[in-house]
Amino acid sequence: MATTIADDLTPMHHPRTWVGKYVWSQDHKVIAIQYSVTAIAIGLVALVLSVLMRLQLGFPGVFPWIQPENYLQYVSMHGMIMVVYLLTALLLGGFGNYMIPLMIGARDMVFPFVNMLSYWVYLLSVLVLVAGFFVPGGPTGAGWTLYPPQAISEGTPGSQWGIVTMLVSLAIFIVAFTMGGLNYVTTVLQARTRGMTLMRMPLTVWGIFIASIMGLLAFPALFVAAIMMLLDHVAGASFFMPSMMSMGQATDTLGGSPILFQHLFWFFGHPEVYIVALPAFGIVSDLISVHARKNIFGYRMMVWAIVIIGGLSFIVWAHHMYVSGMNPYFGFFFATSTLIIAIPTAIKVYNWLLTLWRGDIHLRVPMLFALAFLFTFIHGGLSGLFLGNVSVDVPLSDTFFVVGHFHMVMGVSPILVIFGAIYHWYPKIAGRMWNQALAQVHFWVTFLGVYAIYLPMHYLGVLGVPRRYYALGETSFIPESAHLANQAISIAAIVVFAAQFLFFYNMIWSLFRGPKAGPNPWGAASLEWQTPDTPPRHGNWGAKLPTVYRWAYDYSVPHAPRDFIPQDEPHPKDTAP
Amino acid sequence: MSLLRRLGEKSWETPGAEAYREPDSYRPAAATVGVYVYFGVATVIFTLIAAAYLARMGLPAAMEHGAGADWRAMPEPPLLWINSGILVLSSLAWEAARRLARRGEIGRMQAATLAGGGLGLLFLAGQLLLWWHYQTAGYFLSANPANAFFYLLTALHGLHLAGGIAAGVRALGQPGDAGRAARNVRLCAVYWHYLLLVWVLLAGLLVMT
Ligand code: HEM
Ligand SMILES: [Cu+2]
Repeated sequence: MATTIADDLTPMHHPRTWVGKYVWSQDHKVIAIQYSVTAIAIGLVALVLSVLMRLQLGFPGVFPWIQPENYLQYVSMHGMIMVVYLLTALLLGGFGNYMIPLMIGARDMVFPFVNMLSYWVYLLSVLVLVAGFFVPGGPTGAGWTLYPPQAISEGTPGSQWGIVTMLVSLAIFIVAFTMGGLNYVTTVLQARTRGMTLMRMPLTVWGIFIASIMGLLAFPALFVAAIMMLLDHVAGASFFMPSMMSMGQATDTLGGSPILFQHLFWFFGHPEVYIVALPAFGIVSDLISVHARKNIFGYRMMVWAIVIIGGLSFIVWAHHMYVSGMNPYFGFFFATSTLIIAIPTAIKVYNWLLTLWRGDIHLRVPMLFALAFLFTFIHGGLSGLFLGNVSVDVPLSDTFFVVGHFHMVMGVSPILVIFGAIYHWYPKIAGRMWNQALAQVHFWVTFLGVYAIYLPMHYLGVLGVPRRYYALGETSFIPESAHLANQAISIAAIVVFAAQFLFFYNMIWSLFRGPKAGPNPWGAASLEWQTPDTPPRHGNWGAKLPTVYRWAYDYSVPHAPRDFIPQDEPHPKDTAP
Repeated sequence: MSLLRRLGEKSWETPGAEAYREPDSYRPAAATVGVYVYFGVATVIFTLIAAAYLARMGLPAAMEHGAGADWRAMPEPPLLWINSGILVLSSLAWEAARRLARRGEIGRMQAATLAGGGLGLLFLAGQLLLWWHYQTAGYFLSANPANAFFYLLTALHGLHLAGGIAAGVRALGQPGDAGRAARNVRLCAVYWHYLLLVWVLLAGLLVMT
């Protein structure tokens, strides 16, 4: 194996065989595609689980094979897969891998072998996760938060085996992520081409870069928590298990602290929200700038906001634990820090809007998705301000208001960005365009559909409908209209689910039949569109690395011949004697 | 350039890359940066467990059953000190290797790396012996939270050391130019010192409580 140093060509080792090129590949682009396909595949499982949940909630009793314990298992696996195995893996392992080297002008990641290993270990974690569906007792039903003691106590679905596969899979995932994350961070620091200063990097790279650092520092908490719970479960330790009565009998656990787990979990869990959000922020900035033909408003502020959000998100975790009880001063501290995060976040939102302001907006599909993100993100952000207040959170906690909130802000928003990003970069990745009409239909059904799904959930939450409930039964405070709303939500969910097949059909159709894209169909300025080949070959840049002369946002520059200037085009000053 | 100044760059008006040097000329090697970034990860892991250790230790004992306080610290057999000494020696050997590499004395450097790696293995064997010792004395993982933390911490530390040995073998086994070998030796040495520091803090935590 030849080690690639990303900034020179000589030690580059081009594999000859098909297996070397596409299976045990060390090319960041192939690894990115492997990551993406795996993440989307497991994400589809989570999507199917959500439809099953909606069937049960909308039409209780119609599907006798969905038992209460099944419902809990669907909820848990759906949540965990969506957050960790789909979004994290797709945004960092997929987009991070593909975009970082191309956008900073590198030939590859700095540790290609570790990068390859990262993918295969990730695949292993997915296989262990899937194995959970087939072990006796099925997967865990403890909720994606896996709180002990219930996660490993009798009576919870999957408390024997399902929880073990879940925890082992998470530990493996974290090892894979750490290998990938070290690569992303080091590549950004070390392999930028000549002239690519930190502040000339596209915001996509900034988002992925900071998210990777956060992942490296946050996932260890989950790792530690998973190992400790495994020891509690299989080796009889009592880190998290208090002495308690279970099924009428005293367990032989002693003195452990469930709250300790919650702290560890949310020390990971809250930054995780931003690990998913920051890459989406970065990508959306670039989509808006390219398709509005304007430089991003307040570039430096955008970068600083990303960095500040990344830092702050490590000191707010306990806002997830208001109902677990805490010292009021702590509650005050965490409520305050939570609200402070709203400031840099709001700055970003204003800057996006100001970028759009009087722009030359092209409503192409990637732009539509970016705009849709603004809607759902602002929406979810506002309901988050409510929940950040202790006194408002306590009655709303564990209701569908929370479900509506976090789906808007961290479920739907990143997913919309991912769609936009795929529509945007697919012409570079595959060299072909999509069918625009189908893409438009896919957009409108998805965008309006998610509103039809999640808006009513806020209302249900205010009524007091609890989350993670298999059925509401005869509950006096829940009016008939709530059942009607539930049916409507379920129908919308099924329609949205079906519409995703348009997306996959379009993707496959375009791969074979789509019109040729050319190197730079959107007229974008950033480096990834300036590669000598489309799709880029192994090594990305041919004989010579590009040199960067400007930032990535030179759009509609007065007196320029075109309405964009690529990053590798010299200034007149540079070429004049 | 300081980080703050770099983050303050007005990238929309900077003249051009001609002002910048060839990146290779001033950046440290990727492997160096990678190792330092990993220190961040490992530090979080050990800090969190240490924090959990202190939190768990301070909890009131179980109320209903189980006699008395449930946290009983483990004894500290001489082997603990012997192992610590071996790890110190191992780190010293790596330090010698690092200095020899800088001076270009390749032959003696190789001897020193062998000594460093060998002592590392000896430390791991010693830790296993320590485990066995505790096991036979009845200090099982499930018997007491203090024991559980001890096994967890020593296992994670040992895994890091084993990983260091594997990486060292891989890095030094590769034929390459002398500059690269010297860099690898330096990284190994830094890694060993880091793990020594972690061990000193962990052992301190175990002994003090
Ligand atoms: C069409 C898409 C989706 C639908 C219809 C859907 C639906 C649902 C439903 C019905 C629940 C359970 C509510 C309950 O009973 O408590 C749920 C929970 C959850 N969903 Fe989604 N979801 C979708 C997409 C996503 C995405 C993209 C994410 C990514 C962040 C996500 C993350 C979660 C999480 C974290 C939970 C909580 C699990 C738990 O309570 O343990 N969902 N979803
Ligand atoms: Cu949070």
